[in-house]
Amino acid sequence: MSSPTEGASETHDREAGSKRGAENLVLLSLAAATLAAVAFGVLVIVLPDTQLLGLALGGSLALLGVAAVVAGQKIVPQEIAIEERTDFGERQPASEVVEMVRDAERGVSRRRLLVGAAGASGAALGAAALVPAVALGPKVGETIAQTPWSRGRRVVDSQDRPITADDVQVGAMLSGFPEGATRREFGASIVIVKVPPGELEISARMRADAPEGVLAFSKICPHAGCAVAIYRHPLYEPTTERPALVCPCHYSTFDVRRGGTLEFGPAGRDLPQLPLELNAARELVATGDFVGQIGPSYLGVRK
Amino acid sequence: MIRNLVDYVDERLGVSPGARKLLRYIFPDHWSFLLGEIALYAFIVLVGTGVFMSLYYVPSDAEAVYRGAYEPLRGLTMTESYLSTVNLSLEVPAGLLMRQTHHWAANLMIIAIVLHLLRILLTGAFRKPREINYLVGVTLLALTVLEGFVGYSMPDDLFSGIGLVISYGVALSIPVFGADLAFLIWGAEYPGSSDFFPRLYIVHVLIVPAAIAGLIGMHMAMIMRQHHAQFPSKLATERNVVGYPMWPGYALKAGGLMFLTAAVLFLLGGLVQINPIWQWGPYEPYLASNGAQPDWYLGWLLGSLRLMPALEIQLGDLTLVPNAFWGGLVFPTITFMLMYAWPWIDRRWFGDRDKHDLLDSPRDNPRRTAIVISYFSWVLIIFIAGSIDRLYLSSTVPYEAQVWFLRIAVIVLPFVVYFATKRLCEELSAREPRPLRGWTGKVVRRTPAGGFETVELDEGVPAVDGANGRNGGPVVKEEAGAGEGARGS
Ligand code: FES
Repeated sequence: MSSPTEGASETHDREAGSKRGAENLVLLSLAAATLAAVAFGVLVIVLPDTQLLGLALGGSLALLGVAAVVAGQKIVPQEIAIEERTDFGERQPASEVVEMVRDAERGVSRRRLLVGAAGASGAALGAAALVPAVALGPKVGETIAQTPWSRGRRVVDSQDRPITADDVQVGAMLSGFPEGATRREFGASIVIVKVPPGELEISARMRADAPEGVLAFSKICPHAGCAVAIYRHPLYEPTTERPALVCPCHYSTFDVRRGGTLEFGPAGRDLPQLPLELNAARELVATGDFVGQIGPSYLGVRK
Repeated sequence: MIRNLVDYVDERLGVSPGARKLLRYIFPDHWSFLLGEIALYAFIVLVGTGVFMSLYYVPSDAEAVYRGAYEPLRGLTMTESYLSTVNLSLEVPAGLLMRQTHHWAANLMIIAIVLHLLRILLTGAFRKPREINYLVGVTLLALTVLEGFVGYSMPDDLFSGIGLVISYGVALSIPVFGADLAFLIWGAEYPGSSDFFPRLYIVHVLIVPAAIAGLIGMHMAMIMRQHHAQFPSKLATERNVVGYPMWPGYALKAGGLMFLTAAVLFLLGGLVQINPIWQWGPYEPYLASNGAQPDWYLGWLLGSLRLMPALEIQLGDLTLVPNAFWGGLVFPTITFMLMYAWPWIDRRWFGDRDKHDLLDSPRDNPRRTAIVISYFSWVLIIFIAGSIDRLYLSSTVPYEAQVWFLRIAVIVLPFVVYFATKRLCEELSAREPRPLRGWTGKVVRRTPAGGFETVELDEGVPAVDGANGRNGGPVVKEEAGAGEGARGS
């Protein structure tokens, strides 16, 4: 805002406005825009059909837009103007500002100390203001490692019916939940698959947790927590891959014959297995919590 | 009447000098300058339609049974968030129109910002004196993407839940305090406490939009203060600004563009379905679907998580840095840091610290154009990786092969694109009539003092390579190139 001429522009080229035809066009579009706007109002009350509403409102806006553009282009005077630019950052005023700011410290003896103290108290106050944010969430503690599974919990399907060993077919995947727990809980859902026991390539301990080759895993992907919802089961093995559970989010692929070990994709851990046994009615029952922690990894999680 | 109004306000507030300047504010004319305006108009539509929806949306994870009009969902238990969004879509008059328009407007705002950014980068508009405003612009892009993601998460339909759980996984993956941070945001282990949806809501309707509105204000104030940059032409020099005054023609045309933008958005909102959440169903942590896609502007994050090889930092069986950290946080941080740092990298690279109010044509600076296009191609490939499940579903190529192909492409393609673009620019540039390149004869040119002089041109003339202002005064160069004035503005 320094120089008096700043912002003064000169006209380079100007031509007077108003053409009869353009005016007619604008009038026509404005009239139609009004009609369409009224139509929108009426439609909302009598026939709120999304497509008609969109046509009416969009149409009204489009006509208004056309009217404005034509008016701007054809009716009002057209002008090209030129203006000189102002230079910023001139040394003189800038150094004056510096002087004015410095003015405050004239005669102040312990400037460093005062500024330092002010900075420290400001920082302390800022930090104090942030502390209440800590109350937003609970401590992670043990809660993150907890799941509703424990010894003796029956496995049920989404209709709360117990799942038996005979419900699980080779090549198919079932989803299961702990009986009586909320299914929304992160650690609740499992996937159940069956592998002919002769094909399993797992340790004796894992084998003991998989009665008749029925394997259960956490359904929550250890990469970022999506549901492992795809079971890739080859129809003709010599030409296709091994049976695997696949997470649709980033394609972490878990080999079921090897007990859910990672075969491809970004996950850092294998799928945690849920140890199972069969009760007298051949229903699936958990014999404990998952082997390993469920859910996405974080610092300190063990494989 | 106008006289009375102006007098009334002016006697009380003394605004006339400011108003006069505003009405005479000069807009240089070029179609690419409208991209930022379109983003602004989309934002206005977003606020309008958003206010409408906020009157119906219930941010709550309380469970309720659906008893509405849509048969397939009837009797299902779902959260209030999902239920209220389904009702907004299917039962509130004009509710679906508003919701779909809102969604289309979000898409348009982000694409307009990205193209605007591309224009700024390719023409060198980020250079001095506009670096500060450039930083504001990049921040606006980041905030708009965040706002889009939060908005997309609010309906609690299947897809929004999948997006949220991944962001939870990424939050957990942050070294040292990741788990605490995730619990802080969600209020409990995923899917979170009952505070979570109210938090999303306030972030989406107040905190982020207020920040966006504030930054848009700053963005425009700085443009007004510095005036637009402009392409060189017969009239336009480094010292002036040439174009249409705001009043009346430009204001009418800009207003018209606003109405037309809104018209397109409402027509899309009314006629073209987007995110039909009642078809996706409510989210449960145990559900996922193949072909699940976030909104496109998150595709680059999905893609980076997918392409990242299984790399973690581990100590024995202890996880130190989980994999999701690389794709989910390190990659977007690098992407944005590169964007933020570009004005200073460019300055270093071309050794150009001058003030520039004239824009480069992309072909005139082949190296900058090549690096910018190569950078965008890098992001684009990763973005494509975010949609390979579509490819997977529609082709027989297994996803493993696709992922490997794209991993290689991410490294190789940017180089190929760099050299191809550079070559293309050089050729385009060479084909143009350029008095200063290998041309002899006489030209009339303007002296820095404002007069005119006739100059004999021969081999003695310095070859001007793209970087403006490096060899001699840019004013002289551009004016000497007046013969090409038809290009530009
Ligand atoms: S969440 Fe399963 S692969 Fe990323």
